[in-house]
Amino acid sequence: MTNTHHEPLMRIVKRSESTFKHKVIIRLIAVLLALVIDAMFIYFVTGLNPFAVYTTMFQGTFSNPMRFSWAMRDLASLLLVGIALAPAFKMRFWNIGAEGQVLVGALATAAVMVYYGGKLPNALLYPTMLIAALAAGALWGFVPGVFKAKFGTNETLFTLMMNYVAIQLVACCVNIWRGQASGLGKLNMKSKAGWFPQVFGQRYNINLIVVVLLVVLMYCYLRYTKQGYEISVVGESENTARYAGINVGKVIIRTMILSGALCGLTGFLIVGGRDQTISTGTAGGNGFTAIIVAWLAKFNTFYMALISFLLIFLEKGAGEIASAYNLNDFASDIIAGIILFCILGSEFFINYKPIFRSSKQTSIGKEVA
Amino acid sequence: MDTLIAWILRAIPFGTIIMYGALGEIVTEKTGNLNLGVPGIMYLGGFAGFASAYLYENSVAAPNMFLCVILSLVCAFIASMIGGLIYSFLTITLRANQNVTGLALTTFGMGVANFFGVFILDGRTATQSLVYKTFQTKIPVLSQLGTIGQTVFGYGFMVYAAIILAIVLHHILSHTRIGLNLRAIGENPATADAAGISVTRYKYLATCLGAGISGLGGLYYVLDYNQGIWATTGQIEALGWLALALVIFTTWKPLNAIWGSYLFGTLYWLYQFLPTLMGFSVPGYITDLIQMVPYLVTIAVLIVTSLRKKREDQPPASLGLAYFREER
Amino acid sequence: MEYAIELRHITKTFGSVVANHDVSLDVRKGEILSLLGENGSGKTTLMNMIAGIYYPDSGEIIVDGKLVEIRSPKDAYALGIGMVHQHFKLIDVFTAAENIALVLDKQEKYNLKDIKAKAQQICERYSFDIDLEQKVYEMSVSQKQTLEIIKMLYRGAQLLILDEPTAVLTPQETEKLFAVMRNMRADGKSIIIITHKLHEVLSISDRVAILRKGEYAGTIDTAAADEASLTELMVGKKVELNIEREAPVNPHLRLNVHNLTITNAEGIKVLDQVSFEAFSGEILGIAGISGNGQKELLEAIAGLQHPEKDSSIVYYPDDDRDSTAEQLIGKSPKNIRDMGIHLSFVPEDRLGMGLVGSMGMIDNMMLKTYSEGHSPLVDRKGPRYLAEEIKDELGVVTPSISTPVSRLSGGNVQKVLVGREIAAAPSVLMTAYAVRGLDINTSYTIYHLLNEQKKSGVAIIYVGEDLDVLIDLCDRILILCGGKCNGIVDARKTNKEEVGLLMTRLAGKQEGGVA
Repeated sequence: MTNTHHEPLMRIVKRSESTFKHKVIIRLIAVLLALVIDAMFIYFVTGLNPFAVYTTMFQGTFSNPMRFSWAMRDLASLLLVGIALAPAFKMRFWNIGAEGQVLVGALATAAVMVYYGGKLPNALLYPTMLIAALAAGALWGFVPGVFKAKFGTNETLFTLMMNYVAIQLVACCVNIWRGQASGLGKLNMKSKAGWFPQVFGQRYNINLIVVVLLVVLMYCYLRYTKQGYEISVVGESENTARYAGINVGKVIIRTMILSGALCGLTGFLIVGGRDQTISTGTAGGNGFTAIIVAWLAKFNTFYMALISFLLIFLEKGAGEIASAYNLNDFASDIIAGIILFCILGSEFFINYKPIFRSSKQTSIGKEVA
Repeated sequence: MDTLIAWILRAIPFGTIIMYGALGEIVTEKTGNLNLGVPGIMYLGGFAGFASAYLYENSVAAPNMFLCVILSLVCAFIASMIGGLIYSFLTITLRANQNVTGLALTTFGMGVANFFGVFILDGRTATQSLVYKTFQTKIPVLSQLGTIGQTVFGYGFMVYAAIILAIVLHHILSHTRIGLNLRAIGENPATADAAGISVTRYKYLATCLGAGISGLGGLYYVLDYNQGIWATTGQIEALGWLALALVIFTTWKPLNAIWGSYLFGTLYWLYQFLPTLMGFSVPGYITDLIQMVPYLVTIAVLIVTSLRKKREDQPPASLGLAYFREER
Repeated sequence: MEYAIELRHITKTFGSVVANHDVSLDVRKGEILSLLGENGSGKTTLMNMIAGIYYPDSGEIIVDGKLVEIRSPKDAYALGIGMVHQHFKLIDVFTAAENIALVLDKQEKYNLKDIKAKAQQICERYSFDIDLEQKVYEMSVSQKQTLEIIKMLYRGAQLLILDEPTAVLTPQETEKLFAVMRNMRADGKSIIIITHKLHEVLSISDRVAILRKGEYAGTIDTAAADEASLTELMVGKKVELNIEREAPVNPHLRLNVHNLTITNAEGIKVLDQVSFEAFSGEILGIAGISGNGQKELLEAIAGLQHPEKDSSIVYYPDDDRDSTAEQLIGKSPKNIRDMGIHLSFVPEDRLGMGLVGSMGMIDNMMLKTYSEGHSPLVDRKGPRYLAEEIKDELGVVTPSISTPVSRLSGGNVQKVLVGREIAAAPSVLMTAYAVRGLDINTSYTIYHLLNEQKKSGVAIIYVGEDLDVLIDLCDRILILCGGKCNGIVDARKTNKEEVGLLMTRLAGKQEGGVA
């Protein structure tokens, strides 16, 4: 419905179509704008030359192969959660609970390592860890999924609360396992039972291999499978889904089990491949950051990889600045925040366009016949 | 008995922190904006309040504590409102997704507070502003009146301010034209628009003022609850999420926030006082489980309200949705 | 003669569509004027310009003899103009009094008690029956409408515009509304009522103004009018639709619906013991004022509703033998499809139910068939071929078959939807308002498609709103009113008056007498 009380100077209309080139240009402008704001922030707060700071930032990821490897390790953790969230978000299910789902996955993995490490042969231990992690994550996704499907309980708030239940569970178990020690330390330090084997020199390289596989698999799952198609339909309109004969509740529950299980898998990989221990900070905020990643990438896993890389690059860069200029690495949160604000704001110019009074004529009849 | 008093003396200040957070968020959500940036906003408020007081104390030979209190309150409110303004601009004017913007704001607010906090710490692990003594000043005479005086009147002024604020907000939302318009926008912005109410202006106003109120929770945490000590901890973040939980618990009614927040405070400190009260000691890991209770209670409330489907207890109907007049 | 409002040469266009062209119209003080016209004749657009929703491209509006500009609903209120829209502008969780307070003048003090007292006075004056403390979500449609009218009167409306107020009312409620309208007239208010029901026009109004295809076709005194003369003014000349209709060939019983009763979430019986039979090779029309159970009827057959016990929908595959019959109640759409029954359904809400707006034609083609076969992957080859075919055969205008269908125009969206449903080789084809909002050419394309399906032995159930079309296209017409079946008539023998009367009378009752 057009509302034309006396033609305002400027009005906003929905763009009917937006070319790929247009989208790329707008996003590039957004990132550039963010970098300029960040540069101003750096200059005014610290008086440092922003260009020198940006160079240092670059070194955070690229100064040597080790740095790059670490960046990839952290990228894997973030991207894995993003991939896990993709099906839920595509279904318009606001799963804010990835943090908790990762944590319970990690907890289940750690529990198997603690109680079965050394008792089971490795060939059995790994699958047991994996299954426990998948099951725990799946359960954490299943519970809010069921309530959403059956009673329409608000999933955003439900999953958010589940995070804290998970955190307290982890705190409880860590408390038990550490005994009189001040911290938990690495699990199975001597036997290394449940630790991932080293591949190309690092245990966490397994995580990288898994994440590369999952990027492709999840892309195909959403795009080429019947279940992926069902997720798209449910996400667009539950009414249409019912009309098409899709059991909406079933799809919601199934997808949340999948999403939760993949978060659990992430927990498994983090404990087995990266940390070999667990704490309430194991998920490290990735559960929240990944939501932004998944949303901005419009659930395309390849774009997710790109955005994850950008965020990790910033984080590493900020860490580098911190040590080089004696600042602190919270700067990365500010820089990332500003970049996210700019990208989020830029979406507006992809979906809408402002129309000024004089150029009104051009807007009419642009829609497809 | 002493344990019970100690428990109450802990629970009420704790509840006050999240009451501010929740009251601000109720105002915001009443116009249909779900701001998940509350933790970040509380960080902003807490830091701005602390920094202004600390810098003032250290730059003036004989700081006036009354002035210092006012200064910190104003700075906390403004800093938090700026956080709300960023959120408003992105979600209302640019129609960005509310959840994602809120999460980004949380990241940003935490970053700002902790980044600048490090400058103030200047290498130390913690630093203290002396204005906390003023914040903690109890009500004279009344607080001396035995147990009741201690538990009812034995807190800093912000505890009472929060209660008054809740009552005032209840009055505004339920009995004034502004409140009616706010609620109308949260329920059905198109109808409010047709009635000649400026949806955009109200949304901005409610979100920014709401953020300001939430930010006071951060201020109270640092300058009263935490005895004026600034340290880079993640505590405020957890409190922010708890404030969001409290909003659900109150079913979007400010008056419920008063007892709800104290209940949350009581539940939060359950792990420390209940065992003593019952006369047995529990291992540390059990206390971790007991700390889960506030969240479980919130989940239960969420489920029960969705089961009962009572219209008055539901979230504002347009919560989380951007309003675009031409999209009807 | 004193006029409440005069419109002079009003023109309004939307893009290339002319909604109103050079319309001049006046309303006298203290009269009820009916604004009559077919669907899409520009009645609502014209009234929206008086109410401040739209601003005219050209022309003048004169209120009480003064030239005025109405830029917003607020301006309209200030001039004493209030409009009750078809979609009520009420807040569900507010009480009636709070909803009234929402449109309060800025100068007036906000005090719910005073507001209630003043509203109560209005209620007593015009004998409105409403509880001001009641929440809107607890109200019936008729109560909501009453509240809207009170809201406008409270705001000082001297000229009241009612947009199809009777479309959602029972005959008794309509009579009540008319009584109130007469009270208001006696009190000196002017009322414009938009409607296309002729008997109501004759019973309530003093004069009738007629719009035809966006243009003013004249005003006549009701006393000098009858249904025939009004129809002629409204449609211009007698409409010859020229829709082909052949006699059903070798009809078999296909569906036997018996005692179908559905209670909705609010506990209202939206369908009440409806029974009928549908035959292959026949078009069964469903007539009725919209919202009288048509939607639920089709959805029940499609497996999307939960009918009450004792309801029965039996499907007969090839002939009327009971041995091969299948009961459809309790089956989901997928169950029905798995039984090998091809039910095609073109729902009223095309983009909200029939199609996925964000998907292209290809993905929409497989909405009901994607799950076929054992592979976990979807097959897009067949749908792509089908999309190409429909695009060519029905002349769908789209940049590409992967362009999201929400970007297509209404007519093209409908072609995609109808095309897909027919391509499924149905044995039963149900359509709800299949030509709503479509231009003449597209409408005829759709009629032609339906007739082809009829020839090939499909049982067609056609829910329509245009009686001319129903009478010319269908073989039999079932009339729904208040969820009840008011009769099934032979379309070849009936006439508009008969169907029209059945649409507005509750079954088993005589026409509601004037209260």
